[in-house]
Amino acid sequence: MKNENLYKYILGIADNSLILGQRLGELTGHGPSLETDIACTNISLDLFGQVRSYYQYAAKIAGDNRTEDDIAMLRKEREYVNVLLVEQPNTDFAYTMARQFLFDVYHFLFLTELQKSKDLTLSAIANKSIKEVSYHLRFSTDWIKRLGDGTEVSHQKMQEAIDGLWTYTDELFHQTEADIAMVSDGIGVDVTKLKEAYYNKVNAVLEESTLQIPESKWFQKGGKKGIHTEHLGYLLSDLQYMQRAYPNMEW
Amino acid sequence: MSEEQIKNLETQFEARIARDEKIEPKDWMPEKYRKTHIRQMSQHAHSEIVGMLPEGNWITRAPSLRRKVALLAKVQDEAGHGLYLYSACETLGVSREELYEQLHSGKAKYSSIFNYPTVTWADMGAVGWLVDGAAIINQVPLCNTSYGPYARAMVRVCKEESFHQRQGYEIMIKLANGTPEQKELAQDALNRWWWPSLMMLGPTDAESIHTEQSMKWKLKRKSNDDLRQQFIDQTVPQAELIGLTIPDPDLKWNEEKGMYDFGEINWDEFWQVVKGHGPMNKERMKARVGAWEEGEWVRDAAMAYADKKRGQKQKQAI
Repeated sequence: MKNENLYKYILGIADNSLILGQRLGELTGHGPSLETDIACTNISLDLFGQVRSYYQYAAKIAGDNRTEDDIAMLRKEREYVNVLLVEQPNTDFAYTMARQFLFDVYHFLFLTELQKSKDLTLSAIANKSIKEVSYHLRFSTDWIKRLGDGTEVSHQKMQEAIDGLWTYTDELFHQTEADIAMVSDGIGVDVTKLKEAYYNKVNAVLEESTLQIPESKWFQKGGKKGIHTEHLGYLLSDLQYMQRAYPNMEW
Repeated sequence: MSEEQIKNLETQFEARIARDEKIEPKDWMPEKYRKTHIRQMSQHAHSEIVGMLPEGNWITRAPSLRRKVALLAKVQDEAGHGLYLYSACETLGVSREELYEQLHSGKAKYSSIFNYPTVTWADMGAVGWLVDGAAIINQVPLCNTSYGPYARAMVRVCKEESFHQRQGYEIMIKLANGTPEQKELAQDALNRWWWPSLMMLGPTDAESIHTEQSMKWKLKRKSNDDLRQQFIDQTVPQAELIGLTIPDPDLKWNEEKGMYDFGEINWDEFWQVVKGHGPMNKERMKARVGAWEEGEWVRDAAMAYADKKRGQKQKQAI
């Protein structure tokens, strides 16, 4: 492939939205209230919309006959390069919102920079997506505050969720070889530069929510290299089911 | 109020409805009108939110991104319909919590069709095409019903339902024109959903207890049997167009009447499902009650947080 680094770079962005969108899709119809149900479904819809734009562009770059669905649903488990954070399960509503918040803060900072990309397609997608993501961030931030500073029970559950997911935050700022190449071409975002703003924002919200900022300095990584937690395989069996059971058909 | 005064109000009320005027929440209304509307609107709201479950079942496994997005949007629309309809009920002085309580305790009913399982992807096509198709036939007349908030909610609901119906039919077209395996999926789904869809339009007129009063209040404009006939006459040509066979050996065009004759509906099955013995009744209720109970601490936290913030604002104001 001529533009292999660009192709890999796009997948690195899009896989996060794919896997998080899929996780949120599991919750439709099961939310704690109709309003949260509608909101989570809406975020999932936004993410899948973004995924389609990215994968359609990636398919074009690949230049063979592959489609957005081939990219989304026909790769092997080691070929997905999302961060570990987004594949974590919907343990409860606190985990779901904490995962969303920890990703949204990053996603917003990332898209802000991606809008300046020299690649006009990527900057256009970023421009469209950031409007959606600013809403996601507002929604998840509000829930961190409500649950953190709500009742004793909710405080404890939210603290547990933040503690449980904290270990997956550092990976957001790791770079793959393709990332580094794209940054030097003026196409990619240098995520290492987002780290300080990320933790400043996250910590400020946690403090306002009366939550403890976890002190752990030990972080998990591997997603960007395709080495995932055990959760991903099951998510993929759902995601890929139809394409695997009924191959080469149109739907 | 004297009996005579009440009688007088009732006469004026019926006259307003006869003139096609809308009844609004603060208007005087007979208690029976209020209760009947709460019953029907809440049943409709419950059907929307229970109806999210059989389709939600395929969101994670949709065969393509395009289908996944469309399905998510559809199920989200249903949640939205639930929301308008519960709000419309609230205008008659009953809270959403009370209505949930009635659903969870089994006191309130929802459309029995959602007690059938969605076992293959083709069911997403069949449910949209047939179930939403039957729902539209039931609901379009309600856009002109006498109670204002219900009529206005239904205008939007019907627009979205008609989109869902076309979306479902489009899934069926694609399957019916696909590989033999896909066509088989489509036919199998039609076989399983046809009869329950006919039952969805309600018991035969002879057994329908609410029809007469509901007709007077414009909560109903056609009888169940007429609606069913309309559904059959409209759906059979759609099946033929895509080469699928309606699973009814007695189905035949009646030239004289200008409509289809059709086979006997298994009403025993209908009543069994209504009474809670359908394949998925228990699972559907378990999912609804589970979501509500597991969500309690979340709703409590949101209320506690809102109270705290209100308290802080009041302090600042002083």
